[in-house]
Amino acid sequence: MAVEARAPRLELKGISKRFPGVVANDHVSFAVPAGAIHALLGENGAGKSTLVKIIYGVQQADEGEIAFDGERVHIGSPREARALGIGMVFQHFSLFEAMTVLENIALGMDEPPPRRELEARVREVLDSYGLSLDPHRHVHTLSVGERQRIEIVRALLQQPKLLIMDEPTSVLTPQEVEQLFETLRRLASEGCSILYISHKLHEIKALCESATVLRGGKVVGTCDPREESARSMAELMIGGSLKDLSDKAGCVHGEDRFVVAALSAPGEPPFGTSLKKVSFSVRSGEIFGIAGVAGNGQNELLAVLSGEERKNVSGSIRLDGTELARLSVGGRRRAGLASSPEERNGHAAVPGMSLADNALLSARSRMGLASGGVIKAKKARDFAAKVIDAFSVKATGPGASAGSLSGGNLQKFVMGREIMQNPAVLVVSQPTWGVDAGAASFIRQAMIDLAAEGAAVLVVSQDLDELLELCDRLAVINEGRLSEPMDVKGISIERVGLLMGGIHGSGRGAEPEDGTAPAGRARHPEPAL
Amino acid sequence: MSLDLLVAILMTIAGAATPLLIAGLGELVVEKSGVLNLGVEGMMLIGAVTGFAVATSTGLPVLGALAAMGAAALAAAIFAVLVLTLMANQVATGLALTIFGTGVSALIGAPFVGITTPTLGPIFPDFLTSSPLLRLVFGHSPLVYLGLLLTLAVWWFLNRARAGLILRAVGESDSAAHAIGYPVLKVRYLAVLFGGAMAGLAGSYYSLVLTPMWAERLTAGRGWIAIALVVFASWRPGRMLAGAYLFGLVMTMELQAKAAGFNMVAPEVLAALPYIATIAVLAIISAARRGGTAAPACLGKPFRAAA
Repeated sequence: MAVEARAPRLELKGISKRFPGVVANDHVSFAVPAGAIHALLGENGAGKSTLVKIIYGVQQADEGEIAFDGERVHIGSPREARALGIGMVFQHFSLFEAMTVLENIALGMDEPPPRRELEARVREVLDSYGLSLDPHRHVHTLSVGERQRIEIVRALLQQPKLLIMDEPTSVLTPQEVEQLFETLRRLASEGCSILYISHKLHEIKALCESATVLRGGKVVGTCDPREESARSMAELMIGGSLKDLSDKAGCVHGEDRFVVAALSAPGEPPFGTSLKKVSFSVRSGEIFGIAGVAGNGQNELLAVLSGEERKNVSGSIRLDGTELARLSVGGRRRAGLASSPEERNGHAAVPGMSLADNALLSARSRMGLASGGVIKAKKARDFAAKVIDAFSVKATGPGASAGSLSGGNLQKFVMGREIMQNPAVLVVSQPTWGVDAGAASFIRQAMIDLAAEGAAVLVVSQDLDELLELCDRLAVINEGRLSEPMDVKGISIERVGLLMGGIHGSGRGAEPEDGTAPAGRARHPEPAL
Repeated sequence: MSLDLLVAILMTIAGAATPLLIAGLGELVVEKSGVLNLGVEGMMLIGAVTGFAVATSTGLPVLGALAAMGAAALAAAIFAVLVLTLMANQVATGLALTIFGTGVSALIGAPFVGITTPTLGPIFPDFLTSSPLLRLVFGHSPLVYLGLLLTLAVWWFLNRARAGLILRAVGESDSAAHAIGYPVLKVRYLAVLFGGAMAGLAGSYYSLVLTPMWAERLTAGRGWIAIALVVFASWRPGRMLAGAYLFGLVMTMELQAKAAGFNMVAPEVLAALPYIATIAVLAIISAARRGGTAAPACLGKPFRAAA
């Protein structure tokens, strides 16, 4: 397509936005030509989200101007943005769970046609892009991939000239990602520009033809992702060199330390997933990963392993041969099982309490921070200070409230608190979710070190790249069922993706039909292909 | 039982159910938008006294009903400013509104105690109400018919109209609605005002239809039953209609037992039935749902536009 002579589809000139205490965007300028797929790169807090909110009219810039197709525009609201032809797919979907797909789509349009006509148009778009979705299903019954399709269809119905995608793949299976990329490439070939925000660098390499890198609210570089390596882009993002994780090859795996057999538990109604005969074992010195799309039983598994949920649980959880299944959370901690749930603010840590008090909450018995019902405040402070020091947590001290820490620093503290208790088994969920690259690599290294000392480490994560980098073996959880474990060396990504999407490979033999799979049946996410 | 008696019983049930239905539909719309207004009782009292005052002063009960809606909507506006703009706690503010309404209505109503007012009686000509069956159809206050029409209108609004879809969206996820570009606070203001007007109208039913006189605390806790009915109806207008008439039946048990000469149970127990039924219904519903409810996801949460 001949687009050279035309003005860029979107051009930002000197956009600045300040919030009390921070400059979110500092004179940001870049341009996206028509039909281009342009990446916006940066760590958490680099100002990407603020910038796209300004482009989509959710927020207003303090300074600078925006030109669209060569004309200077003022975008005062999302409605004005849509009128210009700007569509957006949000990171956290702006969907209404209790409503149907069609109602959700109608809400996203300014002047939706009557219901029947809208339905016909939706089906047309679905057909023409080869997407499958039932317009009459309620959103809460859909898989994450399907939910994202709603957002995409909603944007496509407006025939956008610029589509903004904010971290669209963080919750998709590899096959779903591939399908999304095909849709995006096709859109771009039809002349729609795409502004793609992600921190998954290999995806950006595969999809985008140009990129703008933000750091601390400023543009620090532009590049052609196809010619960069993931590592060079990461270093551009963090503005320093990336440390390598130490080699795990020297690790010697010992005996089975943590053995879980036939663990079943009902899910919390109305939307919980029940666990169905989950079995696996983790050896001493080993990091074992559990991959899967969110909502397939990960939270339930964590709660059952940590001891938070003991009602109606059957099966066994053994640590060095000792049965833990009957023990309380505290009893399991004393036995040597440390755990850290997915949600750090409010679940792993109490935001309103100091770091010392938070340390006390989980390390009380193992570190002897209380005796006879009396708190040893000084000992708790010292322990918290040791964690802060050893894990280079940026905080004013043990007296700082947990809520005042940034996500990455709080996660470092939470992980440090567990690891420094020297557990025999560490169970963590999403250890680096929403954490910047530097802190993430620190946390991963700490887990590797813990395993090297002989502990068994279980990592539950939606980030497949993380698991592939970190783990020795991994298994996939889908609908509360765990697949056979696979060695990470020589693993087939395609097979992992199929397992994540709920298709069990033929090599697996018969499906584990226990005949009792009840409520969960109704919400099979549909196959990814 | 004679036909006359049966019709009389059915008509008292409709009479008892109508204010619950009207106030409940108003609160249903408010809650669908994500706001919990526990001040229904207070707004009903303000409506009841305003309606009575205007009707006695002008001799026009219709004007009284309109004034009742306006006055209660004004009280609702105070609530809206407090919880929506100033983001005060909705539960506490709602309770305060009820206390406020009780006090203000007693104050305004003091000079009106002991007088009677022209009522909003049956509107159809006499020949249409000559037989019991015709009376059952045509013999009601206009507010009874209005309640039925309102049920239909609210159902249509919530399920068929675009504005209703937006209102539900705001109640389901205020942040998502805001991100798409809907004016969350404006929608909630309008919903709260509508809820106030309906509570006022329901209140005026007590002073202009049921008992053509004013007394302190005339509504006797019916506002709370209307709020409970919203939960009972799982936020659906059709079930609200059924619930209101069911409670109308329970509430008139005392009268009916008397009329039928039934005296095995103390009348006080029968008079307490609606309140016991309210508690029982709420307990059964929350037990049956086990955590999951049909409640709008953002019910009772203040909304602050993301910085």
